[in-house]
Amino acid sequence: MDLLGFARGPALKVAIAVFCLGVVWRIVGFALLRIRRDLSAPRRALLKTLGAGAWTVGTRSWPHPEFIGRTGAGEALGYSYHLGLFAVVLLFTPHILFLRSLFGVSWPGLPSSLITIIAVLTLTLFLAVLFRRITNPVMRMLSNFDDYFSWFINALVLVTGLAATAHVGGPYERLLALHILSVDALLVWFPFSKLMHAFYIFPSRAINGALLARRGAVS
Amino acid sequence: MSAPADMLSAHVTPAQERAPEERVAGAMRTFVQEVGALSAFRLESCIHCGICAEGCHFYIATEDPKYTPIWKVEPFKQAYKREASPFAPFFKLFGLKREVSAEQLGQWQHLLFDSCNMCGRCSLICPIGIDVAALIEQARHAMFDAGLAPAELYQKAARQRETGQPEPSAEPYREQLLAIGRRFGVEIPLDRAEADVMLCVPRTDIEQYPSAVAALARVMQHLEASCTFRSDALVAENYGYYAGGKAWQRDISLRLIEQAIACGAKTLLVPECGHAYTALRWEAADLYGRPLPFQVRHVSEFLAEELQAGRLKLKRADTGRTTFHDPCQLVRKGGVNEAPRQLMQALGVDLHELKNHGGFSFCCGGGGGVVDIERAAPLRYRVMENKLREIDDTGAENFLTSCSDCRHTFDDARAHFGWDKSPRSLLELVADNLSSADGRS
Repeated sequence: MDLLGFARGPALKVAIAVFCLGVVWRIVGFALLRIRRDLSAPRRALLKTLGAGAWTVGTRSWPHPEFIGRTGAGEALGYSYHLGLFAVVLLFTPHILFLRSLFGVSWPGLPSSLITIIAVLTLTLFLAVLFRRITNPVMRMLSNFDDYFSWFINALVLVTGLAATAHVGGPYERLLALHILSVDALLVWFPFSKLMHAFYIFPSRAINGALLARRGAVS
Repeated sequence: MSAPADMLSAHVTPAQERAPEERVAGAMRTFVQEVGALSAFRLESCIHCGICAEGCHFYIATEDPKYTPIWKVEPFKQAYKREASPFAPFFKLFGLKREVSAEQLGQWQHLLFDSCNMCGRCSLICPIGIDVAALIEQARHAMFDAGLAPAELYQKAARQRETGQPEPSAEPYREQLLAIGRRFGVEIPLDRAEADVMLCVPRTDIEQYPSAVAALARVMQHLEASCTFRSDALVAENYGYYAGGKAWQRDISLRLIEQAIACGAKTLLVPECGHAYTALRWEAADLYGRPLPFQVRHVSEFLAEELQAGRLKLKRADTGRTTFHDPCQLVRKGGVNEAPRQLMQALGVDLHELKNHGGFSFCCGGGGGVVDIERAAPLRYRVMENKLREIDDTGAENFLTSCSDCRHTFDDARAHFGWDKSPRSLLELVADNLSSADGRS
């Protein structure tokens, strides 16, 4: 078996298995902890509370006007590279074909040249995010191995993907194999890392919003 | 971290006489045991973006990263990951998360008590939606169990749990209450066997703002409400809540709950005290173990309801250009946003809102027991400057609030800075502008 066969064969299968089991375990692991019932009398009816929770999922996507001056730029930077990643992962035709082979569904993609531009921009934003993490005293203090390794592995996927697309740095098959291996590594790392926020972010916002709404407070 | 090295020994409480290792083991055990699914979810979700710092007035005033709200629970996050998270065995086996040391926990006393008002502003700014303030409250519980509650809070909580009064007084509060009634010429309903509404007072009002106590009695008299204070449960504050002593918080709450049940109250009326509202309205039932058999209302909520029902009639008050400070525990954490504004509207108050108001208001700086911690005063004053500037920027001649702890904190700042403003109680403003049904005052 050559490197490409290994990367998209057994390595990918193992990576997907680790990803799925890890994600499930990470969620089940704390979901099985005790859930305490709130015995205080709610200010709002259950439906309104749940509605407010759902609403918060959207509204917390952007800072409240009171905070925007202090956090708007940082959040814009964060969302920008996430949007770039989504575009590259979900709208690049070879990726769509790969996902179709897994899930059986497909959708139209963007032209490769446009995806390359988006990927370069996203990589630039990645560098900006790293620079910010290193230079911002608060972020630097909070950061640990997880933050830097998660950044590294995502950046690696982007760089190997760009190299494979541009045929730079070696034979195409080897570049593609390296790209897929980096994706495999990302999948294995994912459940152990902060990347899990992809699964947490919306429920977390909804819960916070609902609990504040239960008290009649703004969320 | 650069906490003073003598911090551990500077505020020794009886529980702190235990060996440091025992303290840490106790604190971590309590925290890990208390971590339910919800808190675990919050601890798991943080992406280390640091945005919560931008909501915290301690960070905004100092730009010192250690005041980042989520950093204040860092040792507890560490303990959770090591002891209770889904990958705890993995973290433990490979030594990826170290045990929290006694020195580390001692340093965190400053972060969890002196530099956090538990105001909850950080919980509104977090893009992930983590309720950081809830985590800090849980961390305080563990700190208390480790004997690391600041001495001032610990001692007040101990005394309140024991005697009902957080501090000794020359005369018992019961006598002081009756004396206030005589001084202001208003009847103080006390120890009635039955009443629809049970009243209590902030000790700050008894000691510093007796006019607010008289105002409460006068308003209730005006409404002809069936109400009573109870000698055995006069104090609204709950120092167990501040100190992080959950069992003590329960005991202090139970004193009020039992008296309210004993007199058959349908409503427990929380006076102008923000954290008493949180403790009684939102946390007491959980500590009691079942839903409370009466409703809990803040006095501004109660009066707004009376206003809407047409039983409370008010004259227009001439307050000039006025602003209002929203107490965090009432508004941001309690949802009492509209009631004070309805009252102010009925009084014809010329309200000019602060730049950050309602749920986004900055804390006065004294909440969470910070105003009681002596060593925290220099930092508190620094943090308050922003708030005082916001108030000045409204151009208001007067400002109102509905929490006596906030009022006390502002008055303290007034003395410290030589500031030209003093907050006025909204309740007192209502009491001064009561109007009879036929329009006479």
